[in-house]
Amino acid sequence: MKTVFKRTTGLTDAETHYCPGCTHGIIHRLVAEVLEELDALETTVGVASVGCSVLAYHYFNCDMTQAAHGRAPAVATGLRRVLPEDRLVFTYQGDGDLASIGMAEIVHAAARGENITVIFVNNAIYGMTGGQMAPTTLLGQKTATTPEGRSSQLQGLPIRVSEMLATLDGAAYIERVSTHDPVHVLKAKKAIKKSFEIQRNRQGFSMIEVLSSCSTNWGLTPEESLKWIKSQMIPYYPLGIFKQQPCIGEES
Amino acid sequence: MKGNEVIGEAAVYAGCRYFFGYPITPQSELVAYMAKRLPEVGGCFLQAESEISAINMVYGAASAGVRVMTSSSSPGFSLKQEGISYLAGAELPAVIVNIARGGPGLGNIQPSQADYFQVTKGGGHGDYYTPVLAPSSLQEIVSLTREAFRIADEYRTPVILLGDGMLGQMMEPVEFEDEKPLPKVREKKWATTGTKGDGPPKTITSLDLNDTQLEIRNNTLQQKYAAIKEKEVRVDEYLLDDAAYAIVAYGTVARIARTAIDRARKKGIAVGLIRPVSLWPFPATIISEYSSVLKAILTVEMSAGQMIEDVRLAVEGKAPVFFYGRTGGVIPTVDEILQQIDRLTEEVAI
Ligand SMILES: Cc1ncc(C[n+]2csc(CCOP(=O)(O)OP(=O)(O)O)c2C)c(N)n1
Repeated sequence: MKTVFKRTTGLTDAETHYCPGCTHGIIHRLVAEVLEELDALETTVGVASVGCSVLAYHYFNCDMTQAAHGRAPAVATGLRRVLPEDRLVFTYQGDGDLASIGMAEIVHAAARGENITVIFVNNAIYGMTGGQMAPTTLLGQKTATTPEGRSSQLQGLPIRVSEMLATLDGAAYIERVSTHDPVHVLKAKKAIKKSFEIQRNRQGFSMIEVLSSCSTNWGLTPEESLKWIKSQMIPYYPLGIFKQQPCIGEES
Repeated sequence: MKGNEVIGEAAVYAGCRYFFGYPITPQSELVAYMAKRLPEVGGCFLQAESEISAINMVYGAASAGVRVMTSSSSPGFSLKQEGISYLAGAELPAVIVNIARGGPGLGNIQPSQADYFQVTKGGGHGDYYTPVLAPSSLQEIVSLTREAFRIADEYRTPVILLGDGMLGQMMEPVEFEDEKPLPKVREKKWATTGTKGDGPPKTITSLDLNDTQLEIRNNTLQQKYAAIKEKEVRVDEYLLDDAAYAIVAYGTVARIARTAIDRARKKGIAVGLIRPVSLWPFPATIISEYSSVLKAILTVEMSAGQMIEDVRLAVEGKAPVFFYGRTGGVIPTVDEILQQIDRLTEEVAI
């Protein structure tokens, strides 16, 4: 019999704690598969952030350090500056972590062209603390702290992080992908792989923003959640590559 | 060399090759020194975007198992507290320098000892302590910087080196060769450097969602603190053998107090100096022992009275404890301290 699919060795046997309908688990698997395919599990150090994925160090089958809320890019910088160049360093951060409390850390890591990979999981909400507004919460979206829906007058407009970081010369590769259907999940994996390859080529900072779901706090079923990503999130957060610096040697 | 630069060279001498900093007066010379010096020895200096980032870069570098340092002055040191708590919780070794200045708030850039509470009582959230070493001369900076790295590695803990603007800015000759170099960093099996096939993945974290597990973790920390309290107390005693009175002072103030004591001795007053060198662990036992034979104790600080709380706890009412302090960056003079010594003898005589 031919094996057409097997569990990646990039994940431990631990059962994840994620809610039904949450795509953190899928994104973990994609990162893990990529690390396995790149034969990098023994040479990678991951940085878990604070959010629903805080326990990511139980799930990834590589060395992991857990950072304070928002500080993962700074912790990754410290690791990067110490570890030999053949090591891969990545952070795995939510949108509250990366785009609110940790905005300074991510902007400066990108500006420095820090040779790390950032997996940025955008679910338009603070999942772990019970569904409060995130900087990425859409206009009109109801959350625990925007009970009437987010209003541009009161809470301002959501931040498009990929577009913003793409303006920085230090960023080598920035792409936004989604997890709302199998085709997009495969595309997300390609993007994640690309970003680790860029790091392996020492080309500098790369970030993959992954649109993700939070059925529990959105108050939707898992199926409705995937539809919501497609109908509500993608129009505001268009998919695509926002920054692709020429490979070393390609510059004219 | 300026005090701040001595800290930098002493760190390099102790095997530190990584430094993450952010400018703030009166410690900026240290940041500039490391920017120049570390590349010469194959290390890495990075100016972070904030003190918060700097301490978290330290967390990352310490996770990778190297000797690493950051420094700041009071307002910036406050920003590092979250990171120091995480370092303590995750049991990561690092040395953090605070060249303190006048506060609260933005305060000023003059010397101060008003961060004593913050550095000796944990400072950030949670049940933790950090060893605190307080040099009072540039030569002592050399030995205590080495000690700071030793203690950090030996106990897997962040260690604070506390000075003030005066110590950071003053110049004095120093000898590095007098110090034995600190042995190379032993391999840190717990460091997250990639498994390279050496067994299962390693994790560095301060999180434990299970209450009993976290309590076990906290008890382990407390056992470590008990061991530090037992083995790492440092105190300098001056003219105490026949003393009827003693001044308790540390750092810059201890230097001034020494001169005042010499002058008081010429006037025939039997006064000596107890200088805590480790502020945590505090030399409580020694102070307690002396307090049974002393007529009175005077605590002098560049604060409104912080260390005096620890002195009183150590004395336990066995002798009267008086206080003299200047704040806001004002440095107490020899004459002022001498007057206080006179006051001491009068009050006790009544
Ligand atoms: C300094 C600090 N502030 C606040 C919190 C509480 N907190 C934990 S997770 C979180 C938000 C996480 O949201 P996000 O990054 O979007 O990740 P998600 O849970 O949605 O995956 C907050 C505010 C904290 N742990 N530390």
